[in-house]
Amino acid sequence: MSDFTITVNGQEVQASQGMTVLEAAQQAGIHIPTLCYHPDLPPMGACRVCLVEIQGERVLQPSCSFPVRAGMIVETHSPTVRKARRTVVELLLSDHPSDCVVCDRNRNCELQSLAEELGIREVRVRVEPRGLEVDATSLSVVRDPDKCILCRRCLQTCDLIQSVSGLRLKGRGYDSVVGMAFDTPMGHALCVNCGQCINRCPTGGLVEQSHIPGVWSALEDPDKFTVVQTAPATRIALGEALGMPPGEIVTGKMVSALRALGFDAVFDTDFTADLTIMEEGFELIHRVKEGGVLPQLTSCSPGWIKYIEHFYPQLLPNLSSCKSPQQMFGALAKTYYAQQAGVDPARMVSVSIMPCTAKKYEAARPEMNDSGYQDVDYVLTTRELAKMIKEKGINFADLPQSEFDDPLGESTGAAVIFGATGGVMEAALRTAYEVLTNSKLEDLDITAVRGMDGVREATIMVGDLPVKAAVAHGLSNAAQVLDKIAAGEGDWHFVEIMCCPGGCLGGGGQPIPTSPEIRRQRAAAIYQADREMPIRRSHENPSITAIYERFLGEPLSEKSHHLLHTKYTPRTRKPVQIPVEA
Amino acid sequence: MAVQTECICADVYPRIDAIIERKGAQTDSLIEILHAIQQEVGYLPQPVQEYVAEKLDVPAGVVESVVTFYTFFTTVPRGRHLVKVCQGTACYVRGGKRVLETVEKHCGCGVGETSEDRRYSVDIVRCLGACGLAPVLTVGDDIYERMKTTKVADVLGKYE
Repeated sequence: MSDFTITVNGQEVQASQGMTVLEAAQQAGIHIPTLCYHPDLPPMGACRVCLVEIQGERVLQPSCSFPVRAGMIVETHSPTVRKARRTVVELLLSDHPSDCVVCDRNRNCELQSLAEELGIREVRVRVEPRGLEVDATSLSVVRDPDKCILCRRCLQTCDLIQSVSGLRLKGRGYDSVVGMAFDTPMGHALCVNCGQCINRCPTGGLVEQSHIPGVWSALEDPDKFTVVQTAPATRIALGEALGMPPGEIVTGKMVSALRALGFDAVFDTDFTADLTIMEEGFELIHRVKEGGVLPQLTSCSPGWIKYIEHFYPQLLPNLSSCKSPQQMFGALAKTYYAQQAGVDPARMVSVSIMPCTAKKYEAARPEMNDSGYQDVDYVLTTRELAKMIKEKGINFADLPQSEFDDPLGESTGAAVIFGATGGVMEAALRTAYEVLTNSKLEDLDITAVRGMDGVREATIMVGDLPVKAAVAHGLSNAAQVLDKIAAGEGDWHFVEIMCCPGGCLGGGGQPIPTSPEIRRQRAAAIYQADREMPIRRSHENPSITAIYERFLGEPLSEKSHHLLHTKYTPRTRKPVQIPVEA
Repeated sequence: MAVQTECICADVYPRIDAIIERKGAQTDSLIEILHAIQQEVGYLPQPVQEYVAEKLDVPAGVVESVVTFYTFFTTVPRGRHLVKVCQGTACYVRGGKRVLETVEKHCGCGVGETSEDRRYSVDIVRCLGACGLAPVLTVGDDIYERMKTTKVADVLGKYE
């Protein structure tokens, strides 16, 4: 790899072989506007917004995909470039709906920002939007093809990051449309509901299925008793959607905001994350001792669950039978808590704040009603909670810190790390070590399973027992691990899989934008939150001890099985066709 | 070239299997496979695309993107005779548009469609490289030069 310099806007810039012009410029702090480019994806050169003038080149070139050469002379904002760029964006705007003020992505839209940045004050060519139908059939994702600018980020995400290939580009030229195979409505098509496409959509072309109206009505209904739970990864990202930099821990403010919104009880999904460690840990011990199916695969991530159901149904026996922490919470809120608090579960509305769009689907799964009611009624993404906080006029930055309510609010550092890839594994190992060896684990930071590499393997000595573990995040990484398991290779005991890159902190319901750098900052906040917790082992959570004493009995008890464990549904990869209604 | 137009019956699948075996069951061969199947079956309806996807172990949408991108591929049965009217610049300025309208009226179907009796399919082509003979129309492998709207019925009438 040779290093050399190129000249960008008269400034000498370091570059090396294999870099693109955009990368060299960015590294030197020179801004080039982009649109279809995304730091998580390979360059596509589809939108032509990052065009630059390169001396000796006949025409303007897309900097996102044009390789650097020694001595190259580049202009990023010459009159020719600015004019071309404006024309490109004007043409994108020519048939784009102009109802920005009522769009979900108003003031968080890359096309809007770009129009402002490039000084576009008129759109010389204006035609009607294509009038394509909005697809709101999915429980998680709403697709508005008129707002789609065909940048292809979503389908690259679906293809390369998630290996699902549900979203496709169909047709050609002006008739191109991004959609599902054979125009299958998204709710019936091959989709794992992860929402990673939403996180990378520059416009309002893909947004979450909103639960905001339902939650407002529940909060405003005096006959309803509203309980809320907050997932680990929401507390380190909510601030971003309310004007704070990435990596702020806002747990206490978030609790205050939820009370200000009017929730009757503010609880923590972290409590049921600790409970998951107990149930899943004992399930693993049971499998190892009884010669059960190994490796055991984690089951917290509903996008991942749907993926294995579609793509590797033969491996469903490997999947832990534990419900996700959200659903464990849902089942306990309307049973254990309702009993304790003397609230009729029929008038209880259970809301969860999640970094995730697949949780909306999970909450609606037909089997998720072990409390006798739908266990979780509404799921708000981190983004949706931020919208409600704004709408209620809450000054988030100035809110005081407050504590979660009892008895479903107490948690440990082992629970908060569920929000980062490797966290469930680390939390499980902390408990497994101490339960199996009956001795204290000296160093609680099991760094071997941390980090952002797609697949990580580690062998951790639990007493004399070498526990072989693997961790994967992002479904294309998961697929590598699953292929090995399916082929009878990979002698792991326990495998953690998270659907989204970085784990839940990079979830499809998290604030937009996302990037490797933002995910690193969120991960640092997660591990900081862990270090700051007074208790860092799930089995030491006094509320966990209490719930087993008072209600559940012991891990894997009959009651646990009924409320906290579930079954899965093998599915095909075929685009499911629904009959046309007469 | 005789275009087959029979329905998708169970017996096409062994023929598709043979094609996939010949070309290799990998996505790199997808276009060639689809091309050969269209030659054999006449068109690429959804069940065929899904079948190919399953054989190649890719989601069906991957096959559909390719089929819908290339105008050569068709998802509906083609007529016995494929009529293509050139709409390249030279043909267009010399009345290609009017020729196309007349062809559509004569066949009773629009561009990309097939007449009800499966006699004709109508399509356009952007340039045939025969601009000196503009406007040009082709039926199957036959080329008709300097077309006029008044000649359309005679030309098409020759093809049963």
